Amino acid sequence: MARLLSIIVLVVIWAIAAALVHSRMLPGPLAVVSEIVTETASGELPYQMGCTLARVVVAFSISLVLGALAGFAMGRWKRVDRYADPWLVVLLNLPALVTIIFAYIWIGLTETAAILAVALNKLPNVVVVMREGARSLDPELDEMARAFGLTGSVRMRHVVIPQLVPYFAAASRSGLSIAWKIVLVAELIGRPNGVGFVLGSAFSLFDLTKILSYALTFIAVMLTIENLLVQPLERRAQRWRRRT
Amino acid sequence: MKTFWCSHLKDEPNAGADALELRIDSKTYLSADGNPVEVIRGLTLRLEAGTFGALMGPSGCGKTTLLRIAAGLDSDFVGTRRVPPSHRLGIVFQEPRLLPWRTVEENINLVLPEGKTATDLGPLVETLGLAAHMAHYPGELSLGLARRVAIARAFAVRPTLLLLDEPFVSLDETTAARLREELTALTRREKITTLCVTHGLAEAIELADHLFFLSHRPAAVVFARQLHRRELPRSKADIASIQHEVRDALARLDGATASSPEGR
Repeated sequence: MARLLSIIVLVVIWAIAAALVHSRMLPGPLAVVSEIVTETASGELPYQMGCTLARVVVAFSISLVLGALAGFAMGRWKRVDRYADPWLVVLLNLPALVTIIFAYIWIGLTETAAILAVALNKLPNVVVVMREGARSLDPELDEMARAFGLTGSVRMRHVVIPQLVPYFAAASRSGLSIAWKIVLVAELIGRPNGVGFVLGSAFSLFDLTKILSYALTFIAVMLTIENLLVQPLERRAQRWRRRT
Repeated sequence: MKTFWCSHLKDEPNAGADALELRIDSKTYLSADGNPVEVIRGLTLRLEAGTFGALMGPSGCGKTTLLRIAAGLDSDFVGTRRVPPSHRLGIVFQEPRLLPWRTVEENINLVLPEGKTATDLGPLVETLGLAAHMAHYPGELSLGLARRVAIARAFAVRPTLLLLDEPFVSLDETTAARLREELTALTRREKITTLCVTHGLAEAIELADHLFFLSHRPAAVVFARQLHRRELPRSKADIASIQHEVRDALARLDGATASSPEGR
């Protein structure tokens, strides 16, 4: 309830401000909504949104899988951590823009380059979170598994992965929001479609209504994914926790 | 002093030796502040196949460490460990060590050989009073119940070597008494070699064929006593007289190094 109320207040403030300013620089909520409707009807908005979402999903999956593996290895084995940590620090502090530019220059203005750049940007965050998860694995449960001679795959499925699920969820949650922001930059610079591309051309035309309509739709889509996909999955994985 | 802290651990099969045999010349670990602490020195322990040994000693003397070495979980010691070449280990740790994200039933099933399920374990589950809790998660159980699940898990693998670390703590006396009976019956019937850490001398006498008393750190066996197996289950009077005898023997030992059993 509180959330809904706070969103309504935000929209009302926006509407009043737009009415007062009465300028192209600040379109009101109604103008933005009607823009969303026409863009959706023409098929333009769903198409651009689809391009961006596809890139987000692919880049995000790549970084999640690679990051989980690398993070697990680094958290589990100190040797690996010692060697890989400097690389991680470099990657962590590499500006997203630099990765994108290099990817485009080296690979060309291609889909592969865009996705690779985004995945590479996201990777270190996943690694850091998963490394923390692997470090916090319970040695007592590990010992129990060894004592009872559980096989590697059983151990992985029943002992290790359940302990990593909260970290995985945290990594994907923060990852999703970071990934789509970076995807927009990659699209702005070197792709002929996607939300980032649309925002770029709207910028050159000073079309703020379009910018706002695409941005808001994107936020709505991301919130839907979070609520309908990420949260239910997390709840399912955590159902053993005692209700308090 | 030069020592090799690597695995002298060998599961050597030895003629006529289906016994559990531990010879720990030295076991040291690093304390939190980085200083080496020697927990065990010059300890030998031999348990014939199918017999029940009770391990007693002052708190923190290294009983749990010894049990971990016996289980093969710790190979960082100087000495040897001999176990029967093909053995199935069942173990009850001091804490239940259940998987919180798996139900009681899944926790037990997990350690079973493939194809077997907890439903085959009806009588065991019944004895331990777990039938109503099979679908619960460990977080929903009391500590006493969780410990019973851990005991069920150790029994369920049909072990040939059973290691128990104070298995009956935090159980009510009725349940504990019933479990002790059950444990005695099971270990005799199945000829399970069992080593059990306990604080209760009476409990130890009730269960065991061998009593081992450890000294303070660094631990060694300061007194061992073999009990006759014929009069089982032992009567209250028998237990009391053996208890007396053991206490006397312990008192005769040098007071500074001898351990006195705690409790009771």
